Amino acid sequence: MTAPLPDYDSLMTTASELLAAGEAGQKLATHRVDEDCLLVVLSGRWCLDQALPSRELVERELSAVVRRLTFDATALGAWDSGLLTFLAGVLKRCSALGIEVDQDGLPRGIRRLLAMAFAVHETDVARRSGREANLLARVGTATTKLFQGAPAMLRFLGEITLSFLRLLAGRARFRASDMWLEVEQVGPRALPIVSVISFLVGLILAYLGADQLRLVGAQIFIADLVAIGMVREVGALMTGIIIAGRTGAAFAAQLGTMQVNEEIDAFRTLGISPIDFLVLPRMLALMLMVPLLTLYSGFVGMLAGLLVSVYIFDISFFEYYHETLRALELKHFWVGLSKGTVYGAMVAFAGCLRGMQCGRSAEAVGEAATSAVVTGILLITIAASVMTIVYYQLEI
Amino acid sequence: MTKEAHIEVVGLSMAYGDFVVQRDLTFKVNKGDIFVIMGGNGCGKTTLMRALTGLQRPASGTVRYDGEDFWSVAPEDQDRMKRRLGIMFQGGALWSSLTLAENVALPLTEYADLPSPRVAEIVSFKLALVGLAGFGDFYPSELSGGMKKRAGLARAMALDPDILIIDEPSSGLDPLTARRLDDLILELRDSLGATIVVISHDLASILAIGSDSIYLDADTHTMIATGNPQHALQAGDPKVRHFLNRGTA
Repeated sequence: MTAPLPDYDSLMTTASELLAAGEAGQKLATHRVDEDCLLVVLSGRWCLDQALPSRELVERELSAVVRRLTFDATALGAWDSGLLTFLAGVLKRCSALGIEVDQDGLPRGIRRLLAMAFAVHETDVARRSGREANLLARVGTATTKLFQGAPAMLRFLGEITLSFLRLLAGRARFRASDMWLEVEQVGPRALPIVSVISFLVGLILAYLGADQLRLVGAQIFIADLVAIGMVREVGALMTGIIIAGRTGAAFAAQLGTMQVNEEIDAFRTLGISPIDFLVLPRMLALMLMVPLLTLYSGFVGMLAGLLVSVYIFDISFFEYYHETLRALELKHFWVGLSKGTVYGAMVAFAGCLRGMQCGRSAEAVGEAATSAVVTGILLITIAASVMTIVYYQLEI
Repeated sequence: MTKEAHIEVVGLSMAYGDFVVQRDLTFKVNKGDIFVIMGGNGCGKTTLMRALTGLQRPASGTVRYDGEDFWSVAPEDQDRMKRRLGIMFQGGALWSSLTLAENVALPLTEYADLPSPRVAEIVSFKLALVGLAGFGDFYPSELSGGMKKRAGLARAMALDPDILIIDEPSSGLDPLTARRLDDLILELRDSLGATIVVISHDLASILAIGSDSIYLDADTHTMIATGNPQHALQAGDPKVRHFLNRGTA
């Protein structure tokens, strides 16, 4: 058995009370003026910047015989919340014990403040008992929440599908300029980060290939590995993850803030579908730009592979160039582009979903952005696995 | 008997870049006054509040609290002076990740060296004062607009400030709630003896609580001293009368 830990808070209080007791003689005194009446004499300065006497000094005197409490504050100096909380505590205690309190001896300001503080009683509705539920209840709540997420996601997917159908029918209402603004945000402005990461990933692929292929004396196949790897798989994956962190989070924060400001409700009241107006242009922008970025990423990756091969592994420029051309069939581009489009849709879906689900506080916006990135990357990875397996089975 | 000036503003001008919002503001706020800064939309009321509270350096001029020039003292002294101000922002500006009790407790735990049971006592007393007893465990997002404002007032009062600066106490509130908040402000002035600066364009509230006032004119970018709003309504500057009569006089 372990001994219970001492309650440090109450130890601290006791220590400061001992200090206060020294001054208490000057600030607080209690006298029995009658058989059943206790007089509390307040004097000196009662401010929080110094130690104040404890309520217990008064409460100790409130024995069964005391029926009335009066105050004498003629020698009271400056006071602040320190005195008010002291008196509020004493008053509460007295009302619990059924002791009558005569406040006439207190300054008028204090009487009025106390009256204000006691004017509204704590209602049972307002009072919240412990927010912490037990472990089992919390596990249960978390589990039901987990499953509640899926229908919401499906519903959102359905709404987006309907929105796309409206778009095809030419009835979706949104401003094209919004879409082009997103296109600019997602595309050209993402080029620097996509360039850096693709170049480094291409370089890593080339080194990895060189090390393995040297064993069989086939270092020229670095070109095949880098070209096919970047164009089919890695370019799209890297771009998707970059866009999830960069743009998915931004979408969630934008829509979440609009949710906080009731802007989304404003669309709804005007009969404008926020899905059409906000989600569709973002979705389209990503589905348009992520494949293009994927192509670009593949190109930069191949460039890195070429530089590594020529300068480190002594493969000639023309050899590498021809090997790359031989390896790259058109179908690899289609695979890469299709993956880019799907990843773009996934990122937009996750970002917009979390943004639209956002609560109405600054904290909720932060959670929405985090959750958008996590959901986006998860969806991308799942889609990548499924598509890779399907394409393999179809021998594309 | 002349009253003691608590806040003195001399020749204050505020500008955003080349655009002068207000120039040559000179006024005194006396101890125990409820001083109303009034004016139409966009006249610079909130900008003046930002200059008074140290959020935005004015282009020129001085702001003195008890004779001490706020904008020319060292940052540490500014911090010390700021702690004597309690500020209630328009929408409450409660920290959304903290409960009401934590919101009110934060200034106390940061600046007053008090044991935690004492802080809890003060917090529940302040919340009770603004009529929010028992709401300590609620988050700001769970409250109505009026409750957020009152909670903002409780936080502004946490450190027992000498000066309360209140931005738009009644905007966005129904007349009854607005009236209750006005009563609360009057009550606080009377019982605490605090100096209160109220920024407002709500006529009922201005006339009900103001004991002194200035009017910031958006056209000329300067102020019109108006004294007690009740008097200004009867015999003040024509522009101010126009404002206080909702454009009918």
